[in-house]
Amino acid sequence: MIPLDWYLILAAALFALGLFGVLARKNAVAILMGVELMLNAVNINLLAFWRYRAPDQPVGMAFAVIVFAVAAAEVAVGLALFIAVYRRFNSVAADEINLLKW
Amino acid sequence: MTAMQIVFLLTAVVALFSAFRVVTTPNMVHAALWLIVTLSSVAVLYVLLSASFFAVVQIVVYVGAIAILMMFVVMLTRREMRDRGPQLGKQWPWAAVLAVLAFGGLTWLVRSAALPASPVGEVPATSVADLGAALVNPGGFVIPFEIASVLLLAALIGAVYVAWTRRNS
Repeated sequence: MIPLDWYLILAAALFALGLFGVLARKNAVAILMGVELMLNAVNINLLAFWRYRAPDQPVGMAFAVIVFAVAAAEVAVGLALFIAVYRRFNSVAADEINLLKW
Repeated sequence: MTAMQIVFLLTAVVALFSAFRVVTTPNMVHAALWLIVTLSSVAVLYVLLSASFFAVVQIVVYVGAIAILMMFVVMLTRREMRDRGPQLGKQWPWAAVLAVLAFGGLTWLVRSAALPASPVGEVPATSVADLGAALVNPGGFVIPFEIASVLLLAALIGAVYVAWTRRNS
C-alpha cells in the first residue's frame, strides 16, 4: 500500500507551487489558479487522512465537500471581479490595480 | 513496490510537473490547460484513496466548471496575456524562497510525525450514502451544509452583480 506520508508530501509540494503562483504571478487570473492548486492540496490531505484514519466515518468527506463548495464560490466571485476590473482598467495585472494606493 | 505505488508516483510526477507549468508558463491559455491536467491527476489520487465519489466531483466541478470558467476569463481578458513581457513580478525570488521554505517545513513536519503506512480497515460500501445522511443530519453537518448553500447563493448573486454591464455609464 501507499504510505500516508507520500500523499502528505505530494500535497505539500502542490501547496508550495500554488503559494509560489499566488506570490509571484502578475496576472490576477494566474493568482486565482495558484489558489486553486492550494485548495486542491488541502483536499488531498483531508481525503488522505479520512482514508487512513477514519474511513468508516463521513467527517473527512464532509470537510472535503465544504472545501469544494467554497472553492466554487471563490472562483465565481473572483473571476467576476476580474472582469469588472478589466472593464475599468483594461488590465488584469495585479500591480496595475492600485486605486487604493496613495 | 506495488502497482498502486507505481500509479501513485506516475500521477504525482504528472501533477507536480503540470502544476509547475501552471505557475510558470507565460501564456495564460496554456496555464489554464495545464491546470486541467493537474486537476485530473488529483482526481486519479482520489481514486487511489478509494474516494470515487470525490474523483467524479473533482472532474465535474473543477475540470468541468472551474477550469472552463478560468478559460473564459482568460479569453475575455485577452490583451493582457502574452504581449506584456514577463509574467512573474520582480518579487519572484522571494516568492520562490517562501514556497521552498513552506515545502521544507511541511515535509519536515510530516517526516517527524508517526504516520500509518497503510490505511485502517476498508471504506464501507455505503460511504457516499453515509456522507449524504451526515450532511442533512441535525446532529451532523447540517449547519455547515446550509451555510455553504447560502455562500453559493451569495456568490452567484454577487458574481452576476459585479460583472453586470451598466448601459448608461
